[in-house]
Parts: sequence; structure tokens; C-alpha cells
Amino acid sequence: MESKVLEHSKASEVFNKDKERVGWHDETLWFVRSKRDKAAHNIPDWELLRSTASSIKHNVLSNMHDYLVEFEKNALANGVHVHWAADAEEHNKIVHGIIAKHGVTRMVKSKSMLTEECHLNDYLSKNGVEVIDTDLGERIVQLRDEPPSHIVLPAIHLKKEDVGETFHIHLGTEKGNKDPQYLTEAARHHLRETFLTRKIALTGVNFAVAQTGEFVVCTNEGNADMGAHLADVHIACMGFEKLIPRREHLGVFLRLLARSATGQPITTYSSHFKKPREGQEMHIVIVDNGRSTQLAREDFRNSLKCIRCGACMNTCPVYRRSGGHSYHNAVAGPIGSILAPNLDMRKNADLPFASTLCGSCSNVCPVKIDIHDQLYKWRQVIVKEGYATTSKKLGMGAMTFTLSNPAIYQTGGKVGRWFMRNVPFVVNNGLNPWFKNREMPEPPKESFREWYLNNKKS
Amino acid sequence: MSSRDKILAKIAQNQPEFSALPDLKGLGNVYESPAQQFKTILEGIGGKVIEFSDWSEIKSFVKEHFEANSRIISTLPELAEIAELNWAENDPHTLENVDLTIIKGHLGVAENSAIWITESLLKQRVSAFIPQYLAIVLDAKSLVSSMHEAYAQIGMEEYGFATFLAGPSKTADIEQSLVLGAHGARGLTVFLKV
Repeated sequence: MESKVLEHSKASEVFNKDKERVGWHDETLWFVRSKRDKAAHNIPDWELLRSTASSIKHNVLSNMHDYLVEFEKNALANGVHVHWAADAEEHNKIVHGIIAKHGVTRMVKSKSMLTEECHLNDYLSKNGVEVIDTDLGERIVQLRDEPPSHIVLPAIHLKKEDVGETFHIHLGTEKGNKDPQYLTEAARHHLRETFLTRKIALTGVNFAVAQTGEFVVCTNEGNADMGAHLADVHIACMGFEKLIPRREHLGVFLRLLARSATGQPITTYSSHFKKPREGQEMHIVIVDNGRSTQLAREDFRNSLKCIRCGACMNTCPVYRRSGGHSYHNAVAGPIGSILAPNLDMRKNADLPFASTLCGSCSNVCPVKIDIHDQLYKWRQVIVKEGYATTSKKLGMGAMTFTLSNPAIYQTGGKVGRWFMRNVPFVVNNGLNPWFKNREMPEPPKESFREWYLNNKKS
Repeated sequence: MSSRDKILAKIAQNQPEFSALPDLKGLGNVYESPAQQFKTILEGIGGKVIEFSDWSEIKSFVKEHFEANSRIISTLPELAEIAELNWAENDPHTLENVDLTIIKGHLGVAENSAIWITESLLKQRVSAFIPQYLAIVLDAKSLVSSMHEAYAQIGMEEYGFATFLAGPSKTADIEQSLVLGAHGARGLTVFLKV
């Protein structure tokens, strides 16, 4: 899948070749954003809810050590096995170790962006374990050998024709049938069989409660519950930032999550797992993978407040017109672009630049992460650390030179205006990045400086 | 040093200065008629509310809507006439062919029509997820306005598993077209005792 990683702007160009599809993608996500607005406006205390959630998460960041110790103690007392993984590799080894101990080679998994971040499926498949993703969107992209393009809506980049064709090939549905009802029913039958025959189920974690040692998993489909309640072993994987202090705080976050994500008042199932059921084995894997480094970065630590609702992606004009895969990271969009540089600054140096800095992401964020400010700050860090691309460095070098030399600046402006007026084809062509998807403006007759000098006396 | 100790040490070193928890006062709407709000929201997400005062009404509703050979299970002795009651000790996989599960809910939340159900009411954890259809019996007096009120009532209640359940299982993963009945129950009927 990652044989050749295109940087965001290049991948967006590919995505933008099919104009009609881009328009459709843009509108579909905007529709989700509009549903979020409606749901938010139905709640008179929405803004108070957001600031409360943000403060709770701030408290969590400031007391993370003690909350983790408290959570572990309570989970152990509940009869749950607790594991700690410093990085993705250790996480994958722990999960595989549990599977191998039970002598099993097949597992069901409900949605977990953390396991995407750790590339768990690849690791397990290399070790002879078959993983079946059970969230419908995730199953669709898994059958197509693609990563999810959105953290909440994994197959949002696909049209029903694509899904129909995929299911025809892999699940034997009728050729050409693209009816969502029919296709969902086919997946229901296929996955029911899977739920009933797998001994191990892995789920993500939406919230983990320090006070009680329980964790909450939210789904609309019921796939996490179907997997976990039928399996002999339940493995739940979480980044340590999923912690919240007390059970009562779930009231705040469950009110925000689904409304921000899809405009629903709450997900269909918000399941609280505290103890394994009788005869069952339950494991929690707590993962760091760079989070403790991010915690030290004053400018960026707020990104750890994220509850993975995807609202910032749905509202982002760049995400909507470039698609999730352009971000070449498990978490795409604005939030992905401030999380990814912490994971690998060189590989993800392009992502903080994949933004217009319009600020819409920060305005919809249910935990008030200053996403667009962080995008701006990451740009500075990336350039300072020497990870900016050569063209960006050359461009900025030329800019610095021009802006610090008034004579060159004035001549440059004059020359540019002359060209735009007399030989517009020199700038109105594909070699000029500013011409892509837009017309160049009419050049003004004179610069402000010229106007000022001419008008000063009168 | 174990990964646990390394992670915890690094967190202790890197976490910002302590910042206090906010209080949760002033959060949550209060609805004049929680039952009306509950009903409106549940119907909006594909569920159904049937008001009842006598168990015979539930029995006739079920008889009317489910064929005689349907497999119906329940945890409520009042419904012994129409449902199996002795399945709690069986392997959960044996519930795969259940058409309808009828259980009780502890409380309902008006703002989002979520119903709080703990393991003690489910008997088998999977019983609310695996059937084709689900029905929940709820006392109208148990309705609260907001999630905050709900958690205040739940308090430090002990359970192994519990869930807030709102409406039927659903997905919109294919082109944002809403389809009911992804993996869990295709339909939810709430029998509201008035």
C-alpha cells in the first residue's frame, strides 16, 4: 500500500483529475458537516459543553501519570489484563502474543484507528493471522486492499457502484447491483458468520475511565459488541490519551462525540466494558507510540485531547477536495496533519502545509483544539528543522531575498504586471502553480507605491 | 526498566502543570415532557415507542407482529406465555437464531433516547445485539432529561458490562445512505409503561 508515498499536493492533483467525483466528495462531506451543525444547534448548552470537555481533557493531560496508574489498578482489580506498549512494534507483538498463546489464526476487529496507526493488520497477516474488519466501511476498504480514508467514514471516498463491484467480486453479490440496502444485507450475512466463528475479538477504545477501570466503545452498527460478546478473548487497544477521570465525565463526551461526528444525538451503542464475562479473557493494551513526546511539546500537546470525531475533516475545504488518502497517514485531515509530524517529521513534513489556515477545524472541534494554530506552528518547526521540500525552500529563499531588497521588489512587481497584461499566457499555464484550478486576476495598472507617489502631492 | 515504567516516567516528566477539573453544573437541558422528547428523538433515529399499561398489551402486540414460529426470548417472567425464559445459562452462540429479544431497561434519556441497560438485565451480554429485533420495556417514570442526570443516577453502580442503547443498529457507510440493521437488531420497539 505504501510502495510510493506521494506528498499531499501531488496526491491531491491525482484526486482532482476526476472533477465530478471531487465535487461529489466535497458535497457529501459538507452534508455531514451540516448535520453536525443542526445537532449542535439543538443543544442550548453546546458551547459550555465544548469548553467543559476541553477543560476536562486539560486536566487529564496535566495529571496523566496518576490517572494511568489509577486506571491500571482498577482494571486489574476488575480482572482485566493490562499491557503497556512503548511503540507500534511492541503493540503489535503484544497483540500477536495473546493470539498465539491461544493457538488461534483468525480474529475479528472493530474499528480502531490506533491499530491502523500501528499497521497491526499487516503485521498479523505476515505472522499468519487473518484479520477481518467488521465495521462495514472498514470491511469495504479492506476487501479493496485500501486504507480507510476517514476515521469515522472509512469508505467515504467510494461510490455505491464501487462497493457493488467490490462485493460482487468478494462476496458474490449480483453484478451491477449497487443498492445500499442490498449490499449492507450481504455484509450482514457475511460478517454474522464471522462473528459466530472467531475466538478472539479486538476493539478500539473511545474512553477509558480512571475511576472505575472500565472502557467505553461506541458504534452504530453493533459490530464491537457482536465481536466481543461472542469471543473467548477480548483485546482492547488504546492510546493513553483516551483516559478520562470519572464515570460522570462520560456524560459530557458522549453528548459531544456523535453530534460532532455525524449529527446523531448519540451512537446506537455506547458500551461500557468493565469486567470480562464469565469464562472470558479481557486484555487492555495501553500504547504510547510518540504520545509522551507530544505531551512535552507545549504548542502541540492539545492535539492529545482529540476524541476522533472527524468534524475537522468534514469541514475542511482542503480535505473535502483532496480526499483522505492524500494525507498518507492513518488519521487524515486537519487533526491528522498536526498528529502526524510527531510520529515522523520527515515523512509527514508536507501535511501541515495541506491547509488554508481558514480556522474552520478549530471552530467545530468538540474539545476546542487550536488545530489551525498548530498547523501554522508546525510549518515553522518543519522549516527550522530542515524538513521543508526543496521547492518550498527555494521559494521561501527567493521570497526572503525579494522582500529584503526594495529595488528588486519594485522591479519584480513591474515586470510581473507587464507580463500579465501583455503576454498573459506566460503566467496562465500549467507551469505556474497559482494557475491550477483558478484564473489569474487582472493585473492592476500600478502598484500601491506608484499610486501613492503620484497622489501624495495633491 | 519495563515499557510501563518507561512510559509512566516520561509522562510524569512531560505532563504540564496541574490544571483543575471543571464542575459539571449548568450542563444539560431540562425537558418539560421527557416522554415526548424521548419519543420524538427515538422515532427520528428509526425506533418505535408503544405506550402500555398492562402486560397483555405487549403480548398481543408481539403476537400481531411476529409469526408463531419466531424464536422470542425474554428476561421478564410476565412474558412467559410468548417467550423463552431459560436461556441465560446457555452458550451465547446459541442465540444466533433469535428473532426477538425482550428485556427491561433501567432508565431512558430524553435528549438522545438512549436506554441504560446493565448486564443484570441482559443475562447474556450478546442478547441485545444478536437478535433480528429488539424490544425494551421501560417505565416512563424512569425517564431523565439529560446524560448528566443519567450518570448522576448511575453513580458508582457496579456492573461487568453495561450499555447506552439508542435505536436500531445502523450504518451509512455506503454513500451516506442510511440502512437499518447493520450487525445488531434491525428494529427497536420501546414499550413505555405509563
